[in-house]
Amino acid sequence: MERVPLERKVLSENARIAEDLRARFAEHNTLCLNLISSPGSGKTTLLERTLESFAPADRVAVLTGDIQTENDARRLARFGFPVKQITTGGTCHLDARMIERALADWRLEEIDLLLVENVGNLVCPSSYDLGEAAKIVVLSVTEGEDKPLKYPSIFFKSQLLVLNKTDLLPYVPFDIAAAEANARKTHPGMEIVRVSCMTREGLSDWLGWLRAKRQGQASLATSSS
Amino acid sequence: MHEMGIANSVLDSVRVEALRFPDGHICKVGVRIGELAGVDPEALSFCFEALVRGTEFEPLALEIEYRPRRHKCLSCQRMYQPSLEEIACPHCGSADSRFIDGDELELAYLEVDDGARTAGA
Repeated sequence: MERVPLERKVLSENARIAEDLRARFAEHNTLCLNLISSPGSGKTTLLERTLESFAPADRVAVLTGDIQTENDARRLARFGFPVKQITTGGTCHLDARMIERALADWRLEEIDLLLVENVGNLVCPSSYDLGEAAKIVVLSVTEGEDKPLKYPSIFFKSQLLVLNKTDLLPYVPFDIAAAEANARKTHPGMEIVRVSCMTREGLSDWLGWLRAKRQGQASLATSSS
Repeated sequence: MHEMGIANSVLDSVRVEALRFPDGHICKVGVRIGELAGVDPEALSFCFEALVRGTEFEPLALEIEYRPRRHKCLSCQRMYQPSLEEIACPHCGSADSRFIDGDELELAYLEVDDGARTAGA
């Protein structure tokens, strides 16, 4: 019996494509962000508010992943920016190859900000690197403040937590301070913004975070914040 | 539930590695899974078993080495394993620490039964 060491990633093929994408994003100064949440926590609505804040000349594009339907792409296409739906046909996450395929007929040199909306799922998307500059996890106040403890992987790997639907706080038993403390137990130093896509409260914090991420890259003027 | 895809990636790697051992039989593959990898070891074992059944690789065992999350305290410099509820250093109470490991999803090794030690790779 002989033991042969391997010492490489299980998802080495995904990692290879993700690194290739990351290099292409860097070459073209494209900021790629990967938005992850459970279904229904408001990723698409957050993207609607985000897209409507940009000027028509801003070079923004969206890839939106779902198991089925083109509904999200239709919702997001209204703002006039390039949007493409990735339907996974059953797969519970996006992987790097899906991103590579979706980008095949887009010119990265014409995109400064690429927003990727992952399939609604707090578990599986955390294992797949898409070549993004940062993962962003969205958690809504109708879910539960212990989500960061129940799904530590995604909270650990995400740079920013967007606490969404804060307008509903008076109606739900959600302890927002406990949610933030739990997120920082899982991920010390995690950045957090509180947002309501309905009242628009806190949206300027989210848009400010986006702007700060983009510093050092091609300028992208937001029309409002 | 993405463990089936991950099990499939493990089996794909075995398939590639098997070419290096034409006269041997790969009887075990070792995988390292960190607490923060977002992968359920039991589900992975279940999926792997189902995938291997009926293939030329049968019997093929999957051995999972589960790695807890480890931090290094930046005050007292000691290593520790934070719990879900408490990330501070259990030795000195400092909240200032650095993540060391515990997010692995790695292929660690293969065990090859090369019979009479015929020519290996």
